[in-house]
Amino acid sequence: MNIVQAEGLVKQVKSPEGTLTILNNITMSVKRGESLAIVGVSGSGKSTLLGLLAGLDTPSSGKVILNDIDLSTLDEDGRARIRSESVGFVFQSFHLLPGLTALENTSLPLELAEISDATQKAQQQLDQVGLSDRIHHYPNQLSGGEQQRVAIARAFCANPAILFADEPTGNLDQKTAGKIIELLFNLNNKNDTTLILVTHDHNLAKLCDRQIEIAGGEIVQSS
Amino acid sequence: MNTFKFSIVSLKRDWSSGELKLIATSVLIAITCLTSVSFFTDRVKRATELQATELLAADLVLSAPNPIPVELIEDAIDRNLTHSLNESFRSVVVVDDQLEMSEVKAVDERYPIRGKLRISDALFGDEYETELIPASTEAWIDSRLAQALQIQPGDQLSLGASQFTFTKVLNYEPDRGGDLFNIAPRLLINRSDLKKTQLILPGSRVRYRLLLGGNSADIETYRNSIKDDTRVSIQSIKQARPEIRTALERAEQFLGLAALVSIALAGLAIAMTSHRYAVRHYDNCAILRCLGLQQRQITQIYTYQLILLALIAGLLGCFIGFIAQEILNKLMVGLLQEGLPPPSILPLIIGLLASLITVLAFALPQILRLSRVTPLRVLRRDLLPLPLNNYLVYGIAILALIILSPWQSGDSKLTFLTLAGLFITALVLAICARSLILFLKHMQPKLQSAARYGLSNVTRRAQQSTTQVVGVGIGVTVMLLLTLVRTDLLANWQDRLPANTPNYFLINIQPEQVSQVSRYLQDTINANGKLYPMIRGRLTAINQQSVSADDYANERAKRLATREFNLSYIEDMQADNQLIAGNWWPDDRNQAYFSIEQGIAETLGINIGDTLTYIIGDREISGEVINLRWVEWDSFNVNFFVVSNPEALTDYPGTFISSFYMPSSERSKLIELVKQFPSITVFDVDAILNQVRAIMQQVVRTVEFVFIFTILTGIMVLFAALQSTHDERMHESALMRALGANQTQIVFGLTTEFVLLGLVTGIISALAASVIEIALAHYVFKVEMIVNPLIWLIGPLACCLITTSTGLYGTRHLLRTSPMHVLRKTV
Repeated sequence: MNIVQAEGLVKQVKSPEGTLTILNNITMSVKRGESLAIVGVSGSGKSTLLGLLAGLDTPSSGKVILNDIDLSTLDEDGRARIRSESVGFVFQSFHLLPGLTALENTSLPLELAEISDATQKAQQQLDQVGLSDRIHHYPNQLSGGEQQRVAIARAFCANPAILFADEPTGNLDQKTAGKIIELLFNLNNKNDTTLILVTHDHNLAKLCDRQIEIAGGEIVQSS
Repeated sequence: MNTFKFSIVSLKRDWSSGELKLIATSVLIAITCLTSVSFFTDRVKRATELQATELLAADLVLSAPNPIPVELIEDAIDRNLTHSLNESFRSVVVVDDQLEMSEVKAVDERYPIRGKLRISDALFGDEYETELIPASTEAWIDSRLAQALQIQPGDQLSLGASQFTFTKVLNYEPDRGGDLFNIAPRLLINRSDLKKTQLILPGSRVRYRLLLGGNSADIETYRNSIKDDTRVSIQSIKQARPEIRTALERAEQFLGLAALVSIALAGLAIAMTSHRYAVRHYDNCAILRCLGLQQRQITQIYTYQLILLALIAGLLGCFIGFIAQEILNKLMVGLLQEGLPPPSILPLIIGLLASLITVLAFALPQILRLSRVTPLRVLRRDLLPLPLNNYLVYGIAILALIILSPWQSGDSKLTFLTLAGLFITALVLAICARSLILFLKHMQPKLQSAARYGLSNVTRRAQQSTTQVVGVGIGVTVMLLLTLVRTDLLANWQDRLPANTPNYFLINIQPEQVSQVSRYLQDTINANGKLYPMIRGRLTAINQQSVSADDYANERAKRLATREFNLSYIEDMQADNQLIAGNWWPDDRNQAYFSIEQGIAETLGINIGDTLTYIIGDREISGEVINLRWVEWDSFNVNFFVVSNPEALTDYPGTFISSFYMPSSERSKLIELVKQFPSITVFDVDAILNQVRAIMQQVVRTVEFVFIFTILTGIMVLFAALQSTHDERMHESALMRALGANQTQIVFGLTTEFVLLGLVTGIISALAASVIEIALAHYVFKVEMIVNPLIWLIGPLACCLITTSTGLYGTRHLLRTSPMHVLRKTV
């Protein structure tokens, strides 16, 4: 059963040279519990595709069905609600709120969804990523690897159905990246989450159930 | 989610970021300024309502045509109020075979409750204050009566059935008030002698007065308890002298202006700071949106934050404002009643509302952009929220100032000029800044590398540099206005009562004495000797409709409508008058034309084109009102409410009046004058003049105190303007250092940038301050103004110093912190 489905996705932007097509007629689907890697070189359009699939942006044409809901029928607030209810994110540059501690950052999605025991659940999640002794630290007091762990804890905390990860190891050294990947996949399996991951790292992509490669805004290979 | 709870938590977290502190500080200072002025003027107004000034010789005065009812006196005593009774009436004083009409006042030993009598031992002798009143069988009379009766202290006079000894010359009584020239000369006696005069008989026209003093709460309670009693009337402050009213009105104008400018500046600082705050929160909002927060919730969170911030800063501002107004009160001591009534809650409400309006109007448009941040920014940081419509942003700000201004200035012309001045200054600053930046761009290739870097910072960020010039420029313009110009304006105002301000008036100069008196004044007293005709007439009709006191609701109008006017005729308008509407005399002089003082025209409902009819003696004259004048009453020159063209009134019977200055050391010349022209009466206004001078000084001190707050908000604008490009500058300098630039090169580059910004801003600000100064002086304060040349030196110099020192201070961390750290932070 598909949890994410894209049909004829096109994304165009206006530039001084005329209309630029970033994504052209992308049709794809992801099954519930599956892990998918979107690979491609810089500028291929993979992050744009991730943004469209997660409802962070709207396509020029085509549609995205996320968890049985057609995102094109929703306005920005409607898409925000879907994100709050069923989507988690992990980004390359972590995107933690600098004014919040690790614990507060982690509990934020739960607070937004008005889930009770947010702090307690966040603490448990931080335990799982091995940061129980750093919960009151602010992002600037944590290393890159630790910040990404907090981001992963935050992503899994609200128990999302789908997790989108954009180059999750792009800002980390090889050793730390390995640990983060291990953690990400462990939690993914444990929570039975659908994982959609953007990377240019083919080794990381191989860990996923399936891969699609984007080049020039089109799917050139799917496995 | 509970957005309110979240906004409280975020407010606490964001507090350390600096922008919220700057917004809060700006609000705090502006609200302190606004509430201190509001609290103070509110209390003064309430005090005025209580007629609680020295001008009444008491805190409250009741008057009646019949004896004050005993129960009212007893009630006042029960309430622990000090009381004093007096009677006044007109009666003839007789010395030998000479009769003179006088205004007799019989006072008890508690008179006056507020203020002091001033007397002298001889006619035109040295005057001094006294706590005493005339002893039994003694009479104190003013110099006018002494001159008319040609008596000296020690001489006897008859009043009714009693004999009195003239012992002192009465120079000043605090509750004299009214129009000096329309009241018969004063004779003051002890109340215990009143019965013996046998002057008060049934049907006599006597004014009975009860003067009361006490703490303001008791006075107010008492006043409320008798306000509906028709047997007595509460005496109004409107009868107080106009020159003191003018001084107080000017003080309110200055204070209102200071508060209004303070709010406008705080608004500017808030707008600039909240812009930076918004920019720094784009990423946070993108994450929050990404995590599922809706636009509405983002708006709610930041709106709650702003409301909380406004309320906290506003409350604190109100509190400090309350303390500050106590200082204002102290600065005005003597002028106002001791222990003003407690302030009402109104200024507190105004303060809080103003705080909310200022913060929301100036910060909200910037903060609203946050809700427009696309969640996609988490993937692409170059995505910026759509800008808001500029008309909306400026429209809200202008609307807020319009809403706030009537609370403060109370003068729509002043408000309009100030706001228009600020707006035009901003526009001129922006245009000049852009032009200069373009010019500097051409200079760029000719400079060495570090200076070129500094210059390129200014020219490359043309938009931000322009904003900075406008922000700093407005701040500096206002500060220049409030320091140099304020000194000029206030000094100018005080100069209007220079040492040679007329301190003597001569009245009752007969037409045949004009040339002799004029010559005497020129030769002996060294005065200009200008004499003005004075013809007494009663206004009987406006546009052929007869005038009666019943036509007017206002007390002052009732009084003016029924009393005799002093009319005059002049060829050219006097220098201390200004034409407000209409034209001066036309070439066609076949008919009578009147020029009316604008205040009296307003009170009596007279407009240009109306026909006024006066009865002078047994003759009637009608003429058309051709213009309205503003009269500088506090100049102490001879002035008239109503003047006509010379052709109209020359043939009517009248006397002449003149004013001149003479040092008190030469007072003996007056005795000679009186001897030579016995029918002339000399008025000594030195006492009033000194009182007005003292008031001016107090007003100046008060205004200077309030301006401190306005200057502080100006400094906030400077901070906000310089902070706006702080992050970018930090990042670029770190990059320069990473590329091998040494500290000296960086500092030199930054200094070039700041000095250039300061210079451009300083020159434009000096220009703006000069123009606004001239406009304010001419249109509002009505004083002659010569622009202070120092403005051109101090303006640019101060601007350079402020921008460079604040700018370098703001970037000092840059030189101490490793470039890596800065670059990582600002990625």
